[in-house]
Amino acid sequence: MPNLLRFHGGVHPHDDEKPRTRGLPIETAAAPATAVLPLLQHIGAPSKPVVKKGDQVLRGQAVAEAGGFVSVPVHSPVSGKVADVGKCLHPLGMSVDAVVIENDGRDASVPGFGEPVDASSLDAKAIRDRIRDAGICGMGGAGFPTHVKLSPPADKPVDTLVVNGAECEPALSADHRLMLEHAEGVASGVRLLQRALARDGRLPKTFLAVEENKPDAAAAMRSACSKLSVDCEVVELPVRYPQGAEKQLIYALTGRKVPPQSERGLPMDVSVVVQNVGTAFAVHEALERGKPLVERVLTVAGDAVGRAANVRARIGTPIAELLAARDVSPGPTRLVLGGPMMGLAQFTDELPVMKTTSGVLVERREEEEPDRFGPCIRCARCVEACPMQLVPTRLSVLAEAGLFDAMAEWGVVDCIECGCCAYVCPARRPIVHQVKLGKWMLGQAQKKAAAAAAAKGGAS
Amino acid sequence: MRVVRVSPHRSEGESIPLIMWTVVLALLPAFAVGLYVFGWRAAYVTVLSAASCVGWEALIQKLRGVRVTVADGSAVVSGVLLAFVLPASVSWYVPVVGAFVAMGIAKQAFGGLGANFFNPALVARVFLQFAFPSQVNMPEWPIVAPQVTGLARLAKSVAPGSPDAVTSATPLAVLKANPGAAWEAIPGSQPFGPPLAWLLPAGAAWAVFALLVAFAAAGIYLEATRGKRLAAVAGVGALLLFGVVPTGDISFGLVPGCIGETSAWALLLGGLALVYYRCINWRLPLAYIVTVAVLASVLPTRAGDGSLVVGFSFERTLVHVFGGGLFLGAFFMITDMVTSPLTSKGQVAFGVIAGVMAALIRLYAGYPEGVCYSILLANATRPLVDRLTMPTVFGSRRRAAPARPAG
Amino acid sequence: MTQGMLVFAASVPYGPAIGLLAGLGVLFGVALYIGSRKFAVKVDPRVDEIVEALPNANCGGCGFGGCRAYAEAVVLKGVATNLCAPGGPAASAAVARIMGVADVGAEMRVAVVHCQGAPARSRSRGEYSGLRDCRAAVVPGAGGGAKSCAYGCLGYGTCVEACPFGAMVMGPDGLPQVIERLCTACGRCVEACPRSLISLHSKKQAVFVLCRSHNKAKVVREVCDVGCIACRRCEKACKHDAIHVKDNVAVIDDAKCTQCAECVKVCPRGVIWDLSAARAAYSGTRAPAEATAQVGG
Repeated sequence: MPNLLRFHGGVHPHDDEKPRTRGLPIETAAAPATAVLPLLQHIGAPSKPVVKKGDQVLRGQAVAEAGGFVSVPVHSPVSGKVADVGKCLHPLGMSVDAVVIENDGRDASVPGFGEPVDASSLDAKAIRDRIRDAGICGMGGAGFPTHVKLSPPADKPVDTLVVNGAECEPALSADHRLMLEHAEGVASGVRLLQRALARDGRLPKTFLAVEENKPDAAAAMRSACSKLSVDCEVVELPVRYPQGAEKQLIYALTGRKVPPQSERGLPMDVSVVVQNVGTAFAVHEALERGKPLVERVLTVAGDAVGRAANVRARIGTPIAELLAARDVSPGPTRLVLGGPMMGLAQFTDELPVMKTTSGVLVERREEEEPDRFGPCIRCARCVEACPMQLVPTRLSVLAEAGLFDAMAEWGVVDCIECGCCAYVCPARRPIVHQVKLGKWMLGQAQKKAAAAAAAKGGAS
Repeated sequence: MRVVRVSPHRSEGESIPLIMWTVVLALLPAFAVGLYVFGWRAAYVTVLSAASCVGWEALIQKLRGVRVTVADGSAVVSGVLLAFVLPASVSWYVPVVGAFVAMGIAKQAFGGLGANFFNPALVARVFLQFAFPSQVNMPEWPIVAPQVTGLARLAKSVAPGSPDAVTSATPLAVLKANPGAAWEAIPGSQPFGPPLAWLLPAGAAWAVFALLVAFAAAGIYLEATRGKRLAAVAGVGALLLFGVVPTGDISFGLVPGCIGETSAWALLLGGLALVYYRCINWRLPLAYIVTVAVLASVLPTRAGDGSLVVGFSFERTLVHVFGGGLFLGAFFMITDMVTSPLTSKGQVAFGVIAGVMAALIRLYAGYPEGVCYSILLANATRPLVDRLTMPTVFGSRRRAAPARPAG
Repeated sequence: MTQGMLVFAASVPYGPAIGLLAGLGVLFGVALYIGSRKFAVKVDPRVDEIVEALPNANCGGCGFGGCRAYAEAVVLKGVATNLCAPGGPAASAAVARIMGVADVGAEMRVAVVHCQGAPARSRSRGEYSGLRDCRAAVVPGAGGGAKSCAYGCLGYGTCVEACPFGAMVMGPDGLPQVIERLCTACGRCVEACPRSLISLHSKKQAVFVLCRSHNKAKVVREVCDVGCIACRRCEKACKHDAIHVKDNVAVIDDAKCTQCAECVKVCPRGVIWDLSAARAAYSGTRAPAEATAQVGG
């Protein structure tokens, strides 16, 4: 049992939803009539389409190939005809390229789809290649291509693997149910990840972290790991948001501190790799069941949802279709993709489920959504709550004054946008929004400076 | 119609008015004692002061052309605190002028809520001390005559010249004039007794005290491991209120002084409420009180006849801790969020700085009471303290603040 | 004589004190005078002359950090003399005269907002709740603004805030309006708009396409009543090769445009405007709402 460390800050967001959703077994959602597959569901270079309008595709067939090293292919979740290679809306608000497939309802799959495969003889490189070919990226929400994470450079050897089953966001319980109902699949995936990181035949020390509010999942995982002889320590961590945030999780389990974003810090800088339990399960499904990443488990909840559920939905299912069977009450609502603390609110439900969609929340709007926020009264609750130990009040006041350059000096780039500060602020200041604006303005200024320098260089 | 805003989509539910009204609630015990000790004039001055603060702030904001924000309750808090540092015998114009100084000069001129550098109530108090010295800085302070008991006291007035009032010097004034004074000469020293728990017969007292210590320890443990704040605050609070603070007029407040500052017991009760509701950080009042107590006990001072008074005297320490406005300053003034440092470390340093100033003023400077000035002086050092105590970014050696002072 | 003076000083009340202070004053005065001559910094007097000739608004439109910085750049680094937009042709002539060079002339320019999609004439896809700033609304993660048109004006007034001359106001219809009389073409509003809807045009140009949407016609019809559907009637009507549809939107080449306004007549959706009539009609010190509504959108 490691000596668990408590990270600074964090909050306990009130959570009426999780008790409701964690008892709901995974339901399989109906396949969509039209699958919309964005070609940028991951961090890195967009995937490049390999089909064109009118092509017939099978379920599990790659419709787009990786667009570079830091990229993954995209596979069709249904069989049918490619209706269009066009654009679709991305949860971040911009338009991205997408392949749209009309489901012919037959679910004709590529050969070997769903068939068991013996992966025991694969070496580390083969495991990584197959992970990439299956289109797997981080399913906890970040979407970093998994094979890249499993290929640290030679000067950054990895000795620890952390499997993240903390699921610290309120309302979400998809990972919880996955561990409960597919413990052996997850454990097998963990083993594959371990082997992918093996150095000189030695597997990395592996932790599987869950929060204390999931004792049944922890027990299930312990017994699955023991049954499959996966050398993995299941650790129960105190319930505190954001316990599942990478840097804080690594610190709690190992005491190592990952350098912040402004110093380009990554877990591999402290010899750790973190993977979500959903990713581990996807690895198992891809390498041992012949199923590339075409579906995922997510939680549909919120006080406007009559029938909440944990659904196994196919990637590309329009959110509107997913919500159709959920008894969503009409009237003004807020639609959030992800969890309530970091999720992205949307104007429209005409977006598809992506590889990184961990939750869909529909909530009744508050009586008034105040646009005005109060002055900062320096109560310092945000300073207490910030897990990155920044000074959010200062960032907020600087953003309000338009002093974006000064925000850089106060560490705005290191902010992980977890939302703890805005959660506790009595003046209801939109601190995360101000941080996002600050980061964007700094990025624009950098681009401008780079363009000016390039122009100068070119002109002279 | 969908509404979109940036995450988080949850809020703890705290708000500025909620915090302000919590502070007002925490001031109620002290207000009750003030009413009892000083009669109805305590309420009169308090209400007048609060109303004036609200009125002045509203007027000034209208003239400034900004949104009128008196509904957030901060003007009410300043008004009540201003009244609490004034004698109950002041005429009506004293709190009204004071309110103008507090809201207009100390607060709105700096930019309104969140932008002021100095505690508005204390700035006003200092101004009033110079503007109306005979009303605010008297040699003899009134209380309702001790013979009157119970609710009848509320009907009495302590206005100057009122037959219901008796006047005398405050405990600190007596001590200042004569540092070697006998305990009995200090107002409020009689009656005096051990903390409440110890009033029980010997065996029971020990048992109760042991129980209080156990509850305090259990509470702290629960807070540290499971975040149960109420247990810690209730446990430690009960220990302090019933096991540590001595009984007696000086600690319960039946002594001459300002409206809200006399009862350390009532102010401690309010302070505990503030700690529980996370309006204040307990380290700050603790640092302040301990510093004053220690310094006032060990520093030498001169008696009226010129002889040096050195050495620890338990009675002197008691007067310094419980007499005067130390508890009001420690829990309600120095802890004002806007004018105190952002980090715990900074707040401890802040408390020590103010404590040193308060002790020095009380012992060596011209006034018997140093709390008011010490807090204002500490407010002036707040930006420096903040700059020196910024946290370090997680995972880095860098501080979360730039090295240069600008920004 | 000194003896006499000292005796006299000693006899006057406060004499010694007055004498001492007066003596010190004289001493310091002389020292300062010597110092100011000996340690004088050689400054080209033209810098100050130029600063006098500039409007001194320190708007940064010239690209330098304030009027003095621009003056120094002109004198010391030979920067062009006609960069001051607020100063206009007058400042350009004055600076050229001071520098003893020919005046290349400054063009009078104004900002024009290329969107007419007021809330009443366009669709919105929801409600945006958050920082009332157009840049904040389009930051990734903020949803992209409530307007259905992904290219249109969001109406939160960041450009209005950015204008240091008070030449941008938010109109009653929810669109920003340029008060051309006050506009100095400093370019702050152009930078502020995250959708790049504002451009600086010569005051000679009066015909503008007030839409920058690259949406296909079908989408445009759904999201806005006054958006360009790329029907190309304007392109066909133009005899001067000045207007072309590129990437689903009509674009006027100011250099070729002769202000004949034929395109304005044929545009089926009223996307192209001829502001010459409005500009002629508008005069006086206070901009009437109708006039500003038509001037610059």
